[in-house]
Amino acid sequence: MELENVNPNVYNKVNERLITAEEQDDNVVDEIDTREVFDLIRGINDPEHPLSLEELHVLEESLIEVDNDRNLVRVLYTPTIPHCSMATLIGLSIHVKLLRCLPGRFKVTVEINPGTHASEHSVNKQLADKERVAAALENRHLIKVINQCIVSN
Amino acid sequence: MGKLELNQTLGKHTGRVWNVAWHPKGEVFASCGEDKTIRLWSKEFGKWSNKVILADGHKRTIREIAWSPCGNYIASASFDATTSIWDKKSGQFECNTTLEGHENEVKSVAWSQSGQLLATCSRDKSVWVWDVAEEDEYECAAVLNAHSQDVKKVTFHPNKNLLASASYDNTVKIFKEDPSDNDWICVSTLSSHESTVWSLAFDKTGSRLATCSDDKTVKIWQEYAAGNKEGIPTGDEESVWKCVCTLSGYHTRTVYDISWCRKTGLIATACGDDVIRVFKEEENSDPNAPNFAMVTCIEKSHQQDVNCVAWSPNGDILISCSDDGEIKVWKYTE
Repeated sequence: MELENVNPNVYNKVNERLITAEEQDDNVVDEIDTREVFDLIRGINDPEHPLSLEELHVLEESLIEVDNDRNLVRVLYTPTIPHCSMATLIGLSIHVKLLRCLPGRFKVTVEINPGTHASEHSVNKQLADKERVAAALENRHLIKVINQCIVSN
Repeated sequence: MGKLELNQTLGKHTGRVWNVAWHPKGEVFASCGEDKTIRLWSKEFGKWSNKVILADGHKRTIREIAWSPCGNYIASASFDATTSIWDKKSGQFECNTTLEGHENEVKSVAWSQSGQLLATCSRDKSVWVWDVAEEDEYECAAVLNAHSQDVKKVTFHPNKNLLASASYDNTVKIFKEDPSDNDWICVSTLSSHESTVWSLAFDKTGSRLATCSDDKTVKIWQEYAAGNKEGIPTGDEESVWKCVCTLSGYHTRTVYDISWCRKTGLIATACGDDVIRVFKEEENSDPNAPNFAMVTCIEKSHQQDVNCVAWSPNGDILISCSDDGEIKVWKYTE
């Protein structure tokens, strides 16, 4: 298969999260924060390159919002090029990883960072349609591809 | 103000419950979901319980079920691209017919009021009308390709052979059989929603239609027949449908389903914000610009998205189901 974006920019990974004494104390309620959500998804592999979504700057912690009171998680991602045909697959991989890892109470929204993709609206609409996402996840071929992206190296 | 009181919580399905449907007599209802089963619920000693499980009819999620008006058949629409017809000729429900033809997921299925027609719709953008012939033969009477995207829902008019469909293309379409050549044609396109139309429901007269959408609104449409006294132009002989009311500002996420009670006239909605809301038309409201008020709203009615709401034929019970795997039975009182 020919690569769409032959030479993507590669960025450094952030340092591992430092675990504080408070976080190790089971008596302290530790709410889910943007860093925790980022850590769940930053290792997802790009479908084309042997690089993580973090290294390609597809995902950034600053583009994640978490509202614990209203059970909302919103992730914006930036395709490497505006015509990336993998945009829906990448969004779906992020969505699936969060559906599997976060408590069921969270409503997860995954959208393209505004202005970074030619078909932003239609990709967002597809990712927000839980019926189409559910049907996609019953497709054996597709779920295999998604699982390959999700497994961290 | 009305009141919805939780009567019972029913949890038997594994995973998301997509749909619940009342038997026309109101003593039994069916549910279906991700676990590929249909469950029949009936009352025993004042409590609803799951008596019958219909399995092995579908290979993938069952998205919707519909009872025939006589109550002897159940049709089930599945992501496996087929629609199954279950009958109880042997004494218990069995799948004896499978309707094939759609290219991918079947999203919805509905019977006409006479039971002589069945409609299905799919992600393949088409709506199919099936003639129910003698000996349980189902013949495809029409393949309607009027929508430009995934079709989410089909429903028949309460007393005419008029079919309405809702789509991911943001529109609702009305179809009928052309009496001159028996071809099914699209007679009206209802445009106003700004995103996917997930569901729709006629009122008891069939001259009004309520629709709900991913744009977080509910809309009420009024039919104006040719020669109407309001003077609404209709062009040819066909009726026009006009949006006469938009309920906005109530729902905070996608509205997945709507049920218009044929007994009480109340409208219930199922929303992605986990809330069930009930709306009532205000007294003396102008039929050409009606006002609807929210009469009750149950926050956190389920732990996750509410996928479906269904008023019982008597109008006294509302059933809801959710992504959280549960079905809830609510008693409505004025």
